[in-house]
Amino acid sequence: MSEGAHPTHKVYYLVFIALVIGTVLTWQIAFVDLTFFGISFNPEVAILIACTKATLVILFFMHVRYSSRLTMITVAAGFFWLLIMISLDLSDYLTRGIVKPQ
Amino acid sequence: MSHSTTTTEHHPALVHQFDDMEQQKAASTFGMWVFLVTEIMMFGGVFVAYMIYRLKYYEAFVAGSTSISVTWGFINTLVLICSSLTMALAVSAAQKGWRRGQQAFIVLTMLLGTAFLGIKAIEYHQKWEEHHVPGGVFQKFDPVDISKDLVKEGKTPPAADQIANQTQIFFCFYFAMTGLHALHMIIGLVLMTWLLVRVSRGEFGPQYYTPVELGGLYWHFVDIVWIYLFPLLYLINRTHGR
Repeated sequence: MSEGAHPTHKVYYLVFIALVIGTVLTWQIAFVDLTFFGISFNPEVAILIACTKATLVILFFMHVRYSSRLTMITVAAGFFWLLIMISLDLSDYLTRGIVKPQ
Repeated sequence: MSHSTTTTEHHPALVHQFDDMEQQKAASTFGMWVFLVTEIMMFGGVFVAYMIYRLKYYEAFVAGSTSISVTWGFINTLVLICSSLTMALAVSAAQKGWRRGQQAFIVLTMLLGTAFLGIKAIEYHQKWEEHHVPGGVFQKFDPVDISKDLVKEGKTPPAADQIANQTQIFFCFYFAMTGLHALHMIIGLVLMTWLLVRVSRGEFGPQYYTPVELGGLYWHFVDIVWIYLFPLLYLINRTHGR
């Protein structure tokens, strides 16, 4: 698809409203105790809302939804590498001390 | 593909290594995204460090997080989202060649960006006055208020003092992350000023508005970083002790 394609203003306003709702939700839900089975799910919910908001910004405000395949795969690769970094780092730090040296 | 530029005289913004404006724009957009990916990795590194220390000093992170103003953080998130909307509208105006619109929306974006930095300055000042700054000042005066709150929640005074002392790690991350973000905002404001000058010269129209588009990508990226910083720094555990 052409790099020049842009969404309509209506899409921008709808995304904006969704972002405001997401922000209010993040703020309000932080004061509600979401503990189930002894585990607090507040951080997960907050991050889930943040990821939704970031996806909306990337797809519509940053026009990735309307961009070339090259742009799409560049963005996807960026976040994929970020996930590799996070999972490898945490798999190191979170497992330290579990296996005792011989 | 647009063939409107394939006349004998091409667009003045077209540089010689590209066949046409379309190809030039595709290359620029790709380059900008590659740069933004390096930015993702840079902020990502700080986020990973944050996660590891948050797991290690969880109670101190909760105490530090609870001491910063969630209301200001919330307002600032809204301010940045508004600035992202005005930025998107500025790019749209540039695409249509609407010069007054571009100027108005870029100025609005800059005003909102400045408002964000102003609110950030108020928050920093608050932390400064409370001695919630890691280092010598913290050691000298002690974060008495954090310690007292922890005792109220049922911690023994020595444990409360220890956790309060460890909140320095949280404040290190708080200042480093919001500081790095604020630096990006300042760079963004410089970019906006440069765009404003070029808009006023009437350089952009439907054929060529790549700098506005890429400036927009940068601005939205900085907005995304804040979308994550807000819950990670301000809302670690607000139901704590309720």
